[in-house]
Formats: sequence, C-alpha cells, structure tokens
Amino acid sequence: MTGVEIEARALRKSWGDTQAVDGISFTAEAGKFTVLLGPSGCGKSTTLRLIAGLEQATDGSIRIDGQDVTQRPPNERQIAMVFQSYALFPHLNVAENILFGLKVRRVPAAQRKERLDRVAALLGLSNLLERRPAQLSGGQQQRVALGRAVIAEKPICLMDEPLSNLDAKLRHEMRVELRALQRKLGLTMVYVTHDQAEAISMADRIIVMNGGRIEQAGTPGAIYDQPATAFTARFIGTPPMNLIALSRAGQSLRVPGADPVLAEARGALPDNLLLGIRPEDLHLSDQGVPVQVEAIEYLGADNLVDCRLGSQRLTARLQHRQEVAEGRTIRLRWSTEAVHLFDGLSGARLDKASWRAVEPATESINRMNAAVVDGPS
Amino acid sequence: MLARREWIHGWLLLTPALILLFAFTHYPAVTTVWHSFFSTPRGQRPSTFVGLDNYDFLLADSTFWQVLSNNLWYALVTIPVSIALALMMALWVDGKLRGRGFVRMAYFAPTVLPLIAVANIWLFFYTPGFGLIDQVRGLFGLAEVNWLGNPDLVLGSVIVVAIWKEAGFFMIFYLAALQAISPSLREAASIEGAGRWTYFRRVTFPLLMPTTLFVSVNAVINSFRLVDHIFVMTEGGPDNASSLLLFYIYETAFQYWDTAYAATLTVVLLVLLSILAIGQFFLVDRRVHYR
Ligand SMILES: Nc1ncnc2c1ncn2[C@@H]1O[C@H](COP(=O)(O)OP(=O)(O)OP(=O)(O)O)[C@@H](O)[C@H]1O
Ligand SMILES: [Mg+2]
Repeated sequence: MTGVEIEARALRKSWGDTQAVDGISFTAEAGKFTVLLGPSGCGKSTTLRLIAGLEQATDGSIRIDGQDVTQRPPNERQIAMVFQSYALFPHLNVAENILFGLKVRRVPAAQRKERLDRVAALLGLSNLLERRPAQLSGGQQQRVALGRAVIAEKPICLMDEPLSNLDAKLRHEMRVELRALQRKLGLTMVYVTHDQAEAISMADRIIVMNGGRIEQAGTPGAIYDQPATAFTARFIGTPPMNLIALSRAGQSLRVPGADPVLAEARGALPDNLLLGIRPEDLHLSDQGVPVQVEAIEYLGADNLVDCRLGSQRLTARLQHRQEVAEGRTIRLRWSTEAVHLFDGLSGARLDKASWRAVEPATESINRMNAAVVDGPS
Repeated sequence: MLARREWIHGWLLLTPALILLFAFTHYPAVTTVWHSFFSTPRGQRPSTFVGLDNYDFLLADSTFWQVLSNNLWYALVTIPVSIALALMMALWVDGKLRGRGFVRMAYFAPTVLPLIAVANIWLFFYTPGFGLIDQVRGLFGLAEVNWLGNPDLVLGSVIVVAIWKEAGFFMIFYLAALQAISPSLREAASIEGAGRWTYFRRVTFPLLMPTTLFVSVNAVINSFRLVDHIFVMTEGGPDNASSLLLFYIYETAFQYWDTAYAATLTVVLLVLLSILAIGQFFLVDRRVHYR
C-alpha cells in the first residue's frame, strides 16, 4: 500500500450561520505528511471529517486518487483514521480492537492473525493483546488506535490531534515514532494539530488555517522563513515573531516614539504597516538599536528578554549575559534578511520590491549614539 | 481500651439503621418462615406446630400450581418482550429524530402513571362491545371479544398491560446508557465499514449489557411483584386464570385469613426470587463488561 493523493476543491461546510470550512482548496500529496494547523475552532477537525466522510460537504468536492468521493461513505474512501479520543471499543481487548475492521470485512482468520502479529510487533503491543483499553496507559491506548489504523492497510491515514492527551515526553517519542511509521509505510498522512512545534517537526507540508480559510500552505521551512500573512507569522515559532507597528515619514519607516529608521519605502505601501522580526534573529551588538529591558524570562541556556522600543514591545531570545538586566538599555542588531513587512490591515506579506530593510548598525547608529541616554551602568 | 471505645461508638452509630433493618426486613422474613411451620389459629384453636404439613398441602393445592404456572408464563412473556421493546424504543428515540423530546415523553408516560390508573385506562380499552379495541375491531366488521372474561385470553390481556407499563420505564435506562456511549465509536466503526446491524451486535449491545442485566433483574422481580392491575381488572378471575402468585398470597392472607398458608406461599415466592436473582447475577455477570 502506497499513499494516494487527496485533493479538496472549494470545500465548504456550514452549520446554520457558522461557516466551519469556508471554501478551501488544497492537495495532500501521495505518501507525504500533511499537517492541518490552526488555532482552536478554525475548522481543522471539520476538514478532516469531510475528508473521512464523517461530515457531508455543503459545497465543493473531495477527490481521492483522482476519483470524486464527495458523496461516498467513509469505508469507500481508502482511509483509516485515528481519533483524538482514540475511540477504542471499551469492551474489546487490544487484539479484538485492532482486528475489528478485518472481522467486519470478513478477512480470513489466518490472514488476520498474520497481520495482527506484524502490527503488534511493529507497535510494541505484542504482550498487551489480552488487555482491555481501560488497563492501558494513554500512550499504549494511542498505539492501539494507531494499530487499528495501520492494520487496515489503507493508503491514507487521518489523525485528529492524536497526541494531545499525552505528557510531553511521551508526546515527543510518539512524534518520532509516527513520523518513522508514516515514512516506512509510505502513507499519505493528514494530521490535525494546533501545536505549531508538532507541525514543524513532523510535516512535509503544513496547511495553516484560520477562521475556516487557508492562510498559507507550504513546507515548514517556507512557512517559518516566509510567512505569507501576519497571522502565520504570529502563529509559528515559540516565542512568536515580533510584530511591531511602524509609522511613516516620507520614505522612512520608524517605530513611533523611537528614532532609528528600520526600513525604507521603495514603492507604494499601505498606511498601516507591521514589521516582523523573530526573537531568535535579534542579537546583542555594540552597534545595535538601543532598547530598554523590561522583563526577563529565564529558559536556561537562553533568556527571553522583553524590550521596549519607542511605543512598541519586542521579545529577543538572547544568551545569558551580565549586562542584560531589567531597566538597563541594551543594543540589538539583526540582519536585513530577518525583517518581514506586513500590511497592518489585511495582514498580507509585502513584497521586497516595495520596501527595503535598513541595516540598523550602518546608517542610523552613529547619528543615534549622540542622542541616546544610557541606562545606569 | 481506646480500641474498645471506638468499637462501642461504631455499634452505637450503626444501631438505628440496624433496628430498622431488623424490625422491618429480617424479623418479618424470619417470622414468615417460622409461621409456615404452624397451623393458622382459628377461633378457640390456637396455632400449633405442624411441621411440613403446610408444604404438603401446597404441593397438593391445584390452585397453587395453576397460579405458579400463570406467573411463569406471565414472566416468560413480559420480561423478554418488555426488554426488547424498551431497547428498540431507546435505539429509535436516541437517533436523529424530529420531535424526539415529545416521543420520549410519550414513551415514558405509562411509567409515570400509577399502575392502578393504567389498569383503569386498559379496563376501558378492553370493555366488550364499546371499549376501544372492540370499536376498532368493529370498523373491520369483527365480532366483539370479552378480553377479560375469557379464561384463554385474560392472562394475555394482563400481560399486555404489564408490558405497556414496563417498557417505557426500561427504555429510560437504555436511553441513558446509549447516550453514555461515545459517538466516536460509531464513527470509528463506520470507517471500518461496519453497517448498522454489525455496529449494534458488536458494539452497542455488548456495551449495554450492564443495563440489560440491571433491567432484567428488575423485570424478573416486577413480574412477581406488580399485581395492582390484577386487582382492578380481573381479581384473578375468571377461575384463577389471571391470578399470580402474589395476588394468591394476598387472597389467602386477607380474604381467607389463612395466615399460615399465606406464610408458606410467601416462603416459596422468596425462595423463587432469590434463586432467580442470584442465578442471574452469577450467570450473566461473567459476560458483562463494566466500564
Ligand atoms: N456539529 C457542529 N454543529 C455546529 N457547529 C459546529 C459543529 N462542529 C463544529 N462546529 C463549529 O465549526 C467550527 C470549526 O470547528 P472544528 O471542530 O473544525 O474546529 P477545530 O479547528 O478542530 O478546533 P479544535 O482545535 O478546538 O479542535 C467551530 O466554530 C465549531 O463551533
Ligand atoms: Mg478539533
């Protein structure tokens, strides 16, 4: 069984006035790990259930392996599914749970046993086969749910936040296991989560959703490096990207209440602008932009430092240093590549053709140095 | 010393409950057994120990055997039919049904009504000639039937009333149990391609087993205990054709005032119920999955 492609076209689902899924189109490539990512209530589960056939689409179509399955029942869609709650049958033991589908489909007993042995070994369930779900830990239950999906040997596997009930350590282990399993079996995986770290670490392709629409679809790298919207920029990364409002005077873009020019307009720009820069792209430098330290969160190796620049706040991820202390003024520097610009109203990313980031060290600093009043030292 | 004080306190705290339990449950039960070995005091003749005479009489009492067989038939029909009906109604009402709140209430109504009232309603249904049933039959040109006067029909007629009364009550338990089953189980099964019947047989029904056990124990007890409608509708007649064990005990004790024989009958009823209840728990319990 190798994966097959899933394609959604202008897919829509509404309940009364609620638009849960608002005309989305995407492709989950064959054999790839696709993650649906978004905040609570954005329509991820609904999208997954539309693919599974557990909900009827209000409009639009779903194609699996090139065939329109929009009107077909779940069992004709070549899918297996792992539910968030696992949906294990409480009265059946592990073996019976895993074999449920094969029995329903009248697979011969000899073949059932052979497949069960293989799946149980693969998932490390061999000595738990007699147990009831209530006698298993969360991680074991999760593996049983996975086993039920794997044994079906369907080319598509759908998962709705399967790891959200597990503790941090187990979650990490299961992420690695799941990813390895998907690769090994060549499944087309569609995986729902609201945890961006999980999405980035597992996905071949991430589809970021918000309010029933797709904000951006792309590889984790592309989404991290080139967020298409301010929403994506804010949603991906811990801590999230700093988005600071800019004011414009002629060609110069500044933070209100602070002197340094951070960017220059080169073409037509909207009035409301948001400058985006990731906390990890900020560095201490003698030649940087001066900012006031307001709070420090110690993370061990790194610290998250909340700073004030004019009227705006930004967070920097800095290595532990003596001079970084609350109330002090420090100087931050970044590379021009790390700067993103978004339309403050629509949230859309603004093309580099219309603006240029200004290297803080070279142009403004010398002029600045005279004006800055250093904090107590 | 301290341990002893605690021990006394413990017993003191238990005493009120124990007194009530003994006075109203254990003592009557024991005296009933005791009385069944004595004759009934009549006028000048005091009660005397007669050993197993009462039981000998019981074995030879053809009315007892008829009443017992009535009761067994009554149980044999009401229990499975009312449970099956309750389950079907619950499955139906649990689904996506328009106006299901109303349907639920309608099904539950017979349970809320006292059995005496229920019996009066059915008395009207069964009235020969102008009762509801005969009126409907009349529309099709069928002859009138004396449902409660015919010894061949009367037991069936009271059985119908009992089922009507009990099914709605049991439905509530099934409905509660059904709603406790996570809908994602149905979805998981549908992804595996399980149809409605397979899902019912392999998932719903096994998960309802604790409820079925509970309901069936209740049904067994009720089939020996609920006789109110016999009083209103038939008084056990005609010719004991609709008399049940408990009704016969009542008649013996409070109409013929044969208290010793009534005690004997009561002992038989108690033994019968105990065997049934214990047997049910032991036999069925093993196959029931509890969450
Ligand atoms: N059966 C339903 N009836 C009415 N509205 C629904 C139903 N199911 C979902 N919705 C609505 O659709 C929207 C999307 O729901 P969905 O379950 O897809 O969100 P989600 O992205 O999975 O969120 P979460 O991360 O919290 O699971 C929500 O506003 C929700 O209230
Ligand atoms: Mg969800």
